[in-house]
Amino acid sequence: MSAIQQDSVETNLSEPAVLLENISFSWGAHAGSFSLRLDRFELAKGESVLLTGPSGSGKSTLLGMICGTLVPDSGNISVLGQPFSTLSGSARDRFRADHFGIIFQMFNLLPYLSILDNVLIPLHFSKKRKLQAGDLAQARQTEARRILTGLGLEQIDQQKTSDLSVGQQQRVAAARAFIGAPEIIIADEPTSSLDEGRQADFMELLFAEKIRTEASLLMVSHDLRLADRFDRVINLEDICHIGKVGQTS
Amino acid sequence: MIIFRLAWQSLLNRRLTAILTILSIALSVVLLLGVEKVRVGARSSFINTISGTDLIVGARAGDVQLLLYSVFRIGNATNNISVETLDDIKRQKEVEWMVPISLGDSHRGFRVMGTSKDYFTRYKYRRNIPLGFDGGVAFDDLFDAVIGSDVAEELGYAVGDSISVAHGTGNVSFGASHADKPFLISGILESTGTPVDRTVHISLEAIEAIHVGWQSGTAPRGDNIVSADLVRKMNLAPKVVTAAYIGLKSKIGIFSLQRFINNYREEPVTAILPGVAFAQLWAIIGNAEMALIVISTMVVFTAFLGMIISILGSLNERRREMAILRAIGARPLQIFSLFVAEAAALAICGVVVGVAILYAVLGLTWTWIEKATGLYLQFEAPAQQEITYLLIIIFGGIVAGIIPALRAYRMSVSDGLTVRS
Repeated sequence: MSAIQQDSVETNLSEPAVLLENISFSWGAHAGSFSLRLDRFELAKGESVLLTGPSGSGKSTLLGMICGTLVPDSGNISVLGQPFSTLSGSARDRFRADHFGIIFQMFNLLPYLSILDNVLIPLHFSKKRKLQAGDLAQARQTEARRILTGLGLEQIDQQKTSDLSVGQQQRVAAARAFIGAPEIIIADEPTSSLDEGRQADFMELLFAEKIRTEASLLMVSHDLRLADRFDRVINLEDICHIGKVGQTS
Repeated sequence: MIIFRLAWQSLLNRRLTAILTILSIALSVVLLLGVEKVRVGARSSFINTISGTDLIVGARAGDVQLLLYSVFRIGNATNNISVETLDDIKRQKEVEWMVPISLGDSHRGFRVMGTSKDYFTRYKYRRNIPLGFDGGVAFDDLFDAVIGSDVAEELGYAVGDSISVAHGTGNVSFGASHADKPFLISGILESTGTPVDRTVHISLEAIEAIHVGWQSGTAPRGDNIVSADLVRKMNLAPKVVTAAYIGLKSKIGIFSLQRFINNYREEPVTAILPGVAFAQLWAIIGNAEMALIVISTMVVFTAFLGMIISILGSLNERRREMAILRAIGARPLQIFSLFVAEAAALAICGVVVGVAILYAVLGLTWTWIEKATGLYLQFEAPAQQEITYLLIIIFGGIVAGIIPALRAYRMSVSDGLTVRS
C-alpha cells in the first residue's frame, strides 16, 4: 500500500471504521450452495459492537469479508474509508496487518514462539504498527510487556507458551491484537472457552485496552450477558439473510 | 526475514520429525558423496596401479590383454618374448631401464613372478611411490623369494620361512610341483593396494632353475632330475621372458620407441602405454560407475520424497498456525515461502550433517580402508564436482518443498482466518 493511500486512511476521520453495503456472497456458484445477503452493516470509529446470532448465521463469512480474506460477489466494503473491492488480495492482507487486531476463540498462539514473540509478531508484518509500538526493538519489547502487564500477565519470561492456561492464552492474544495500536479489533468469541469469573476479567481488560488505544471493537459472542458493555448489540439474523443460490428469499 | 525465523522455529518445534528428515537427507548425501569418493578413488587407484613405467612390451597381443597379464596377473601371455629381442630394444637410445618379468607358476593360488632385482626400485605405484620392504630385503640368493603383503598375511609367512612353487597357475597343482627346490622368504613388501601384494617374486634365474628338466612340459623323471645344488652350477641366464617394463630417458621418445617395437621384424611383439591401456580397460568396467551414481541419485530422491511426505503430513495440524499468520497479515505467498524455507532449511541441514558424517567417517577410516582394500580415498576438501552435487541437492530440496508449499498456499487462501475441517 502506498504512502498516499495510507494518508487518506488517516485523514478520513468522518468515515466509519467498517462499512458493508448491499453485499451478496455465495460459496460456490452452483444451485443449492450457501449464499448470504446483507444490506448494511456499519462499525463507527471508536464504537464497540457485539454481534450475536446462532451458528450458521453467517458470522465467519461476515468476519472474513471485513478482514479481507473473503470477497463478496457484489456490494461495497470499505474499511477506514478504503474500498476493499479495489484492493488486490495481498494489498488487503497488508491492510489487515496494518489496521486489524484479531482474537480467535481459542488456539491463538504459535506454540513455537515465546510469549513475548507471540505478542510482537504482528509488528513483523506491519511497518506502521511497528513504528507505533516503538522505534527501537527495546522500546517495542517494553510496550509488549506493558500491555501484557495491563492484561495481568507479568511473569512471562519464566513461562513457555505451551504452559499457559486457556485464559492466559486469550490475554496474550489480546495483547497481540492491541500491539502497535491498530484501529480495528475483531474478537471472535474470545471468552467462550473461559469460565465466568475469567470472562469478566477478560472483558474488563479488553475494554481498558480498547479505550486506551481508541480502537473500534467488533466482538462476536452468543453470550448476551456481555451486552451491557457494548455501545450496540446486533443480532446477525436481523441483518444477514442466509439462503441457497437459486432461492429468492 | 521473519518468514525464515518462523520456518526455523516451527521446525525446532517439530524436532523429532525434522531430525529424522534431516538424517535421511544426510544419509543420502553420505551415500552420494561416498560413492563419488570411492569412484574417484577406485579410478585413480586403478589407473595408478603402475606408474613410472612408460611402456610395457610383450608378445603380440591386444593392449588390454597385455596389460591384464603383465600388471594384474590376470590371464596368460599368448607367447613368450625372447631375450635377444629385449636386448635389441634395450639398445635403443630412448631406453633408460628395462625390467623383464616371467610368469607362469604359482604358490597356493598366488602368482609367482620372476624378475630382476631392479624391479624393486623401478616398479612404482600411485604417485610414483616405490616399493618398500616391511621386513627383510630383496632376493639375493638363487632360492630367495620376496612376497607381497597379502601373501604374507593370508598364508601367515614371515621372513626366513621356506616355501615351494607349484608348476602352472591353478589353485591346486596336482603333482606338478617344484617342491624339490624350496625357496626361503628373504623379504616381505609393504602393502600397496596393487597386484604386487598378491605376488611371489623370485629371480629370473630361479625361474630357469626350477624348470631345468621340464622342457617337455611335465615333471622330470629319473636321470632328468637335477638337484638344487647341482642347478646352481648351471648357466641359468633366461632365454625367454613373458614381458618387460620399460622406462625412458624422456617421454618424448615414447611413440618412436613404441613404433620401433610394434614394427620389430624378428619377432611379433607389442608395446603398450600403460595409461592408454588403463583408460581402455576402465571404459569397459567403468559402466559400474554409472550404476552407482544412478542408485545414489535415487536414494537422494527417496530422501526428498520422505521430506515431502513429512511436510504434507504436518499440513493439516498446521492449518491453525497458517490461520493465525493470515490473521496477523501474512499473505498466502508468505505462507508459501514459509514452507519452501522449511524445505530449504531441511535440505541445507541434511547436506551439512551429511558432509560432516562423511568426513568424520572418512577421517577415521581412510588409512584403514587404504590398507585393507588398496583403495586410496582422498581426504581433502570437496572437489568442484562434489560441491556442484551438494548445491544441486539443496536446490532439489527447495524444488521439492514447492509441492507442500503449493498445497499450504491453497489451504491458506481457502481457509482464510477460519479453519474448516
